Amino acid sequence: MADAPRVVLAKLGLDGHDRGLKVVARILRDAGMEVIYLGLRQSPEAVAGVAEQEDADAVGISMHNASHLTLAPLMVTALRDLGLATPVVIGGIVPPDDVATLHAAGVAEVLGPGASAVEVAAAVRRAVASGRP
Amino acid sequence: MSATGGDAAVLLVRARDGHRGSLGRLISRVERGGDAAAEVAVLVGPDEGDAHVVGVTGAPGAGKSSLTGHLLASLQAEGRRPAVLAIDPSSPITGGAMLGDRVRMDGVASGAFVRSMATRGHQGGLAVAVPPTLRLLAHAGHDPLIVETTGVGQVEVDIAGAADTTVLVVAPGWGDAVQANKAGLLELADVLVVNKADRPGARDARRDLELMLDLGHISGLEARSGRRPEIVMAISTTGEGAGEVVRAIDAHHAAIAASGELAARRAARRRGEVTALVERGLRARAVEVLAAGPGRALLDAVDAGAMSPAQAAAAVLREVRGGA
Repeated sequence: MADAPRVVLAKLGLDGHDRGLKVVARILRDAGMEVIYLGLRQSPEAVAGVAEQEDADAVGISMHNASHLTLAPLMVTALRDLGLATPVVIGGIVPPDDVATLHAAGVAEVLGPGASAVEVAAAVRRAVASGRP
Repeated sequence: MSATGGDAAVLLVRARDGHRGSLGRLISRVERGGDAAAEVAVLVGPDEGDAHVVGVTGAPGAGKSSLTGHLLASLQAEGRRPAVLAIDPSSPITGGAMLGDRVRMDGVASGAFVRSMATRGHQGGLAVAVPPTLRLLAHAGHDPLIVETTGVGQVEVDIAGAADTTVLVVAPGWGDAVQANKAGLLELADVLVVNKADRPGARDARRDLELMLDLGHISGLEARSGRRPEIVMAISTTGEGAGEVVRAIDAHHAAIAASGELAARRAARRRGEVTALVERGLRARAVEVLAAGPGRALLDAVDAGAMSPAQAAAAVLREVRGGA
């Protein structure tokens, strides 16, 4: 418990479909993580500011409006601009062809619509481990 | 827990200069406990100095987080540097937590320092790391410091010990005149807020609280404390009443500072923290004893009906007292 990963969860921009994010929040909570839930209509800069204050171990972004190629790199950049190495996990509707592009932009893990609860928690744990020295 | 690397003294200097990442990392160290937390505690010093510690408490869904967001906005508008420590429960089953307080705050008070904290097994509405984290926030120049408790019922009164001023938030329909006169948290509130004042029943809630305070006048409780808590109406969806709550909090602070009660409360708080830390250590030691061979044998004997729980507990206590 004293070593529970702290994960910030949010949706960026005008993507209003937050059911998936709420499901992921519950999956991570039940996997023993501390979830800082920000919900809808966040900006990359605001999420990065929260990750900084909360000393987050990972940032999870849910995307369902095909903006991932634009906003995911901006999320990574916003964190790095604050001097944070915090890993970013993207989940939602991401076509397989875009996964390599997201990894190249510095995204640690990408989860598609078919990911099970076990896979979601495992991916976040991998990202958290990758962010630790 | 990502707080690794970096000299604590350097981080503290940067935190005092307003660097949020350094403050965030220091809080993680304090929260994790052990040697790293002790190092920070030595650097920060023994108390909150001049910073005013305000507790915001109440039942789940009463509007504590939304109200706190508007308190932050009011305080920032006055040019003050508030910070919030927002507590939510850890799961007793998995240790996980849904920290969902700041989602109500960031939109109305962007730029304020807000830190979410899970209870990590602590009962009473707070977390073990709250007192040292408050001292750290004060050291970094924040004032006032607002602690928002978990959603509480009647007996989670830790906050009244941890704060200089305790704000209790209730919503219409929370209870009647009998509820209002039950012992516990209601007796300890310094400011009472009837939130959701635009909802039916808000005036009834206020009346029940006024009558409760009237009875405190008759019974002599008010004379012992020397003050009658203020009741403020608020609507935390719009922020109406937040300025009035800030004024009531400041008035309470000024009154107890002038009367000497503030110093007495803080002295009691430091003593209470010693007791709490001793309890924590004893509990850890008890868990250790129970996990070792003889402890397990005692539990097995209880399972088998060969020994009563009280007999086994007495044996464990002897071991806890005798052991190093």
